[in-house]
Amino acid sequence: MIWLVSVIVILMLGSALAVLLLKNPIGAVAAASVVSLALSVLFVILRAPDVAMTEAAVGGGLGSLILALSLRRLGLWHVEGEDRKRLTRKETRDA
Amino acid sequence: MMAHNLPFVLYAGAIGLLVIGIAGIVLSQNLFRIILALAIAEAGANLLLVLAGYHWGGTAPILDQGKALATMVDPVPQALVLTAIVIGVGIQALALGLAIQAYRAYGTLEMRQLRDRLEQDIALDAGMAPSGSRQAPAGERPIPPVPAVQRRGSHTL
Amino acid sequence: MRNLASLLFAGGLAFLLMAVAAQLPFGHPPVLAGGEILAQAPQQVGAANIVTAVVLGYRGLDTLGEISILFAAATGIGLVLGRRRANAPRDPDAGTILRTGAALMFPLLLLVGFHIILHGHLTPGGGFQGGVILAAAFFLPLLARPGTPVNHPGLSLIEGVSGAIFILIGLIALFQGGEFLQPLLGTGTFGSLLSAGTLPILYLALGLKVGAELAGLLSRLADAEAN
Repeated sequence: MIWLVSVIVILMLGSALAVLLLKNPIGAVAAASVVSLALSVLFVILRAPDVAMTEAAVGGGLGSLILALSLRRLGLWHVEGEDRKRLTRKETRDA
Repeated sequence: MMAHNLPFVLYAGAIGLLVIGIAGIVLSQNLFRIILALAIAEAGANLLLVLAGYHWGGTAPILDQGKALATMVDPVPQALVLTAIVIGVGIQALALGLAIQAYRAYGTLEMRQLRDRLEQDIALDAGMAPSGSRQAPAGERPIPPVPAVQRRGSHTL
Repeated sequence: MRNLASLLFAGGLAFLLMAVAAQLPFGHPPVLAGGEILAQAPQQVGAANIVTAVVLGYRGLDTLGEISILFAAATGIGLVLGRRRANAPRDPDAGTILRTGAALMFPLLLLVGFHIILHGHLTPGGGFQGGVILAAAFFLPLLARPGTPVNHPGLSLIEGVSGAIFILIGLIALFQGGEFLQPLLGTGTFGSLLSAGTLPILYLALGLKVGAELAGLLSRLADAEAN
């Protein structure tokens, strides 16, 4: 059991570091949702199913959704290798 | 051996998350990363709360027909963390709304530029000369006389 | 240099907190209130989920505070973001998969959300989790077709009426001689859907309020102009 907990804790701490160190903001949001997911698994192991369900739904689901929605409005949605001035409607169809 | 190391791993996880979040808030230059680091610090604090109620060999505090009540984990920290998670997400949503408004007003999210332009706006509104930056602590030389009422700069709101 | 000082500070803080945590009794918590609640909750409240009994029965006032904080955050974001200009360009519709998927998943998400809300006092779940799933159910068609009109006055009406029902039940409990938000209506048979007094009704009102509020918040956030 301690190996399972160790793996999940290392994954969680690695993703938390990745949130701060990744250059791409989309990658940072994805790493934040990985932190929420690993945290909800830890809550299940710690015998707290209510808290795990709340963390998975609210932290991982709704929180990441709000962060991703605001990425677009903050001008951080850069497509790799594309000129920033040409962020037209054609590109949003692919996004 | 196992019982000795499990608390260490769990406490290291919770305190590690908390300290990574705090270090992120202090060291980040982008407003968006500061909000993400705040979310991580809150996750660490919630984990620390749930760890406070854990009982060795306990079960979840859900009753079945005839479950023995002696070895259930503490339900009070779980109720507190339930509240804390929902409040955390509400605060993140409001912080992101304010960040969107700051981006619309100033066009950037870098903390240094935001700080400088905010100080300039405040100084202009108060009718004083803008305070010196880090590169020129005593201000620009020579400091021209600033009239009491001055038009705002060319940025839109 | 400033970064190095901050990292040293973070390292020192981590070491200090670990030294404090080593003294804490992990696994043998000094349960004071928790032990009493575990011993008396099945007879007093009648809910199988003791965390629900704590959230709505023993600490109902904290839940009321949480509802008001969530309300302030949702109203704040609605005020801060403002309205959309009429001629601002809108994102195009999503692909076929998301459109048909959203249409298929909308009734399923509604069903799951209401199930989790109504069984909050029997199984892990409750108003907040179910409310979030309801908000996601209403937001998914908006993701598939940006620009579908969202009935904001209707959402505000649902939210206001649900919050008023929550406070009204609490006031009825107050005027019947007990404390504010004390569970009424007896405990019922243990383990059935209609047990634990007013707890299912409170959680239903809470779930509808949270769902309507978060749906309004998400639609306002999605409606803000993309620069």
